[in-house]
Amino acid sequence: MNATSPLPPPPAWEDLVTAALLGTDRRTPPGAAPGRAAPAALLDAAAAETVRRRVGLRPGRAAPRPTPAAEDPRPALPVAAARRLAFLLADRPGTGAGGRRGTAPDLMELLPQWLTAVNARGFAAPAESLPALLDAARGRTDLRPAALEFAGPRALWLARLNPDWRFALRAAPGGGASLPGPTETERTRTLWQEGLFAERVALLASIRRQDPDAARALLSATWSTERAEDRLMFLDSLRAGLGPRDEPFLEQALTDRSRNVRATAAELLSALPGSALAARMAVRAGACVAVDHTGDTPTLLVEAPHECDAAMERDGVSAKAPPGRGERSWWFGQLMEAAPLATWRARLGGRTPEQIVALPVADDWLGELHAAWCRAAVRQRDADWSRALLGVPSAPGAGGPGAVSLAERAKLLGTLPAAERADWVAGFIAAHGLSEAFQLLGVCPVPWATPLGRSVVDALNIARDAGSYPWSFSGVMGLAERCLDPEEATHLDALLAVPDEPEDASPGAGGYWAEAFQRLGRTLRLRATMTQELQAPQQHRPA
Amino acid sequence: MTQQGVRWTADQVLALAPDSTSRKAGSKLGTAGPWSGTGSSREGAVWGLCEGSGGAPYRTVVDTAAGAAPAYRCSCPSRKFPCKHALGLLLLWSGGEAALPVGRAPDWAEQWIAGRRRTAEKGEAGPAGSGSGPADPEGARRRAERRAERITSGATELEERLADLLRSGLATAEQSGYALWEETAARMVDAQAPGLASRVRELGAVAGSGADWPARLLEECALLHLLDQGWLHRERLPDALAATVRARVGLPSSATGPPVRDHWLVLAQYDTPDPKLTTRRIWLYGTASGLTALLLSYGAAGRAPELTLPVGLALDAELSAHPGAGGQRASLGEQFAPPVLTGTRPPGVTTTEATARYGEILRHDPWLESVPVTLDDVVPTPDGDSWQLADAEGATALPLTPAAVSRPGLWRLVALSGGAPVRVFGECGHRGFTPLTAWPTGAGEAVRLC
Repeated sequence: MNATSPLPPPPAWEDLVTAALLGTDRRTPPGAAPGRAAPAALLDAAAAETVRRRVGLRPGRAAPRPTPAAEDPRPALPVAAARRLAFLLADRPGTGAGGRRGTAPDLMELLPQWLTAVNARGFAAPAESLPALLDAARGRTDLRPAALEFAGPRALWLARLNPDWRFALRAAPGGGASLPGPTETERTRTLWQEGLFAERVALLASIRRQDPDAARALLSATWSTERAEDRLMFLDSLRAGLGPRDEPFLEQALTDRSRNVRATAAELLSALPGSALAARMAVRAGACVAVDHTGDTPTLLVEAPHECDAAMERDGVSAKAPPGRGERSWWFGQLMEAAPLATWRARLGGRTPEQIVALPVADDWLGELHAAWCRAAVRQRDADWSRALLGVPSAPGAGGPGAVSLAERAKLLGTLPAAERADWVAGFIAAHGLSEAFQLLGVCPVPWATPLGRSVVDALNIARDAGSYPWSFSGVMGLAERCLDPEEATHLDALLAVPDEPEDASPGAGGYWAEAFQRLGRTLRLRATMTQELQAPQQHRPA
Repeated sequence: MTQQGVRWTADQVLALAPDSTSRKAGSKLGTAGPWSGTGSSREGAVWGLCEGSGGAPYRTVVDTAAGAAPAYRCSCPSRKFPCKHALGLLLLWSGGEAALPVGRAPDWAEQWIAGRRRTAEKGEAGPAGSGSGPADPEGARRRAERRAERITSGATELEERLADLLRSGLATAEQSGYALWEETAARMVDAQAPGLASRVRELGAVAGSGADWPARLLEECALLHLLDQGWLHRERLPDALAATVRARVGLPSSATGPPVRDHWLVLAQYDTPDPKLTTRRIWLYGTASGLTALLLSYGAAGRAPELTLPVGLALDAELSAHPGAGGQRASLGEQFAPPVLTGTRPPGVTTTEATARYGEILRHDPWLESVPVTLDDVVPTPDGDSWQLADAEGATALPLTPAAVSRPGLWRLVALSGGAPVRVFGECGHRGFTPLTAWPTGAGEAVRLC
């Protein structure tokens, strides 16, 4: 602050510092006699000068004030909810002792759903909580969209002042305040032509959300001048809002210089069942599969393609098989995946998807064929085919044709309506227990529907009685804490006691299970409280 | 008094925690889950049983009636004070009436509460009983004289060492490093002058630290010389200045000023931890008197200092000032009611008035680093790598101290402001302004920045 004094510093002070630095033996201080008394005289003068300088301090010149942050029109968070936010944010990973979790809820894991709930109600974040909120979002990318939506315009304003929070500017939600809308033609064009790659991707995605045709027009105007990697990313953003009117552009992209761009264009076209590419693929695929009526039961016969011609390659079929796979089955899989599922009914004797999936397949082609249909059902978001391929959840083959992995099944479930998804997984858990259920639970809507929640709790109970340790199920337990309906807390009370230990149980498992169930119950109650706090009207605050 | 009036906010409860680990552990226990048998009394006691990792639940009881210094008792083996169970219980209590129904305390809690109240009454009945004078005034006088002699010889020795340093030049101090200062500081501890010792130790950190260190080292040496001279000639100083010198040298002082009763706003509370001793500083502002006073409280390592006054409370109490020309330090006397939450804010001044106030007080205590000031209508403004508080009207600004710029509280302040003027309480000194508490323009509670 010394430097901010409007008066120039008295020269005497500089002389005193110089004398002190060199020593009075070498430099006699100003206004003192050399010799033994010189140091004391220097200190006397310096003391007087120090106090004089401090007394004379004045404020400095103000730097240009920052532009005020944009107003946040949303209503303020209720007091109790604001306090809850402070707790949730205080529970940061790495701040605690770590180790075993005990019976206390894992607060940080509840932050995502708290943010979702608060955003659904449209409350504004308390200003003083923004730094902690931004720090939390910085550490966890999965939190960013919800955290930034809640944090609002002031967080973006802060992020411009603190380099630690730059990510907020890149990841501005909903296209962000700074992105122009589709009607702002001039700004859009400038940003599209001059912006950084990340800004251009964000712009394209934002416009695609609001006006798919305008986004495609924007892209096709500069298409031929873009670099191959950029073309791939831009093409990928057409996935959102894909429609028949995109076909001419995509058809043109099938002749692109880059193989990856061609493949992506073909994939997008095959997701449009009415496209010319889909029709071409239907013809090719139809030639490979037929019903054989010569035996006792009708059987599917597969005749894989003998070559991958130029037309197939142009339509996105990759000619070179990965190591260890036969070329013909590789081409066959790609054809089946890209052919519209709706055409099979007519080609295979008017059978429903269920009937088609139930047909025996000759010569070990079943796995290959059904796996390709699974990929097609996911790509074309075809619920009927997904349902048929998933089968009955309680089937001993774990509800799906042989080769269908859990990940594929989770994807198939994703095409079903939410309620049906939860029912299917509930049936699956009832029949097969929890050990395979984690991925499937991940696609179920939160909070879990009652039958699903009950079957998870029942299965946990069975696992406990079987005498294993709860941490074998820590993944499902964590999901249950976050996803079970808080109403279910009352059904857990019977599970909280430490049971008698059966002979063959793992030592001490009963106590750990009781602890895990207590934490589950506590977390559910906490979630119920958190929801109430958001609904509560403004609490009375003492004046 | 009503219980509603004294109930604290969660933030205020968490301010009691001795460290961040306890704060986190306590906030996890601030939900109804692990608790049973909880209750509270109209007199301000709260109790409950908390399940722990062991068999029997811990018995936790807190007496909040004492206001500034709540008392805790918990059967857990933790050496933290207050422990996480006491914090959790207080959080539950801060959450509302429902969690802790008013009722009769169980025996184990009642015994302790009653025992505490008895001790407290005894203490109030005879303030002179234990702490008044020593039994042997003549011996005490002799001991004080002996100590003064030792300090005098210490101050004399320090003067010689400063003279040696200035004779050979400050440049040599950069080479000799900390060792020289540590040894001198130890000599001052031997001389029973802890005030001199800590100043000497700080000199060691100045040499070679940043561009203008020779000027800062000369300043500190000169002020230390001034203090030595003040001690050596204390009988020729005015009484108030002599008292300041005695306190700065490190002699204990006691509150001798007349008690001032007021509604004291708690403006800030912060701890400066040291490996051995935690010092807690609490700034109070008297709404009627307009006085600002500093309460100090100390805690041994691992324990929070006993005195706790969360920001945002107001206290109907008497304060007595310690002797000394600066006139900031005070001791808490009688409290007439438990602290209550308040929305009252202290009045603020401009940056120009703030520096003038610092200059004014230096005339009485030249060793003072800073003065407590509330700035009104200032905008936190970035200034290169640093920040300043700029007057909303006018072209002047106070820079923040380098330490304040690196603290997370800065960003809470900036976020609270959003580019608009705020009111900020803090310490204004020769190194800049240290913000401690801020209030938004318009409605809103005080936000702690420290």
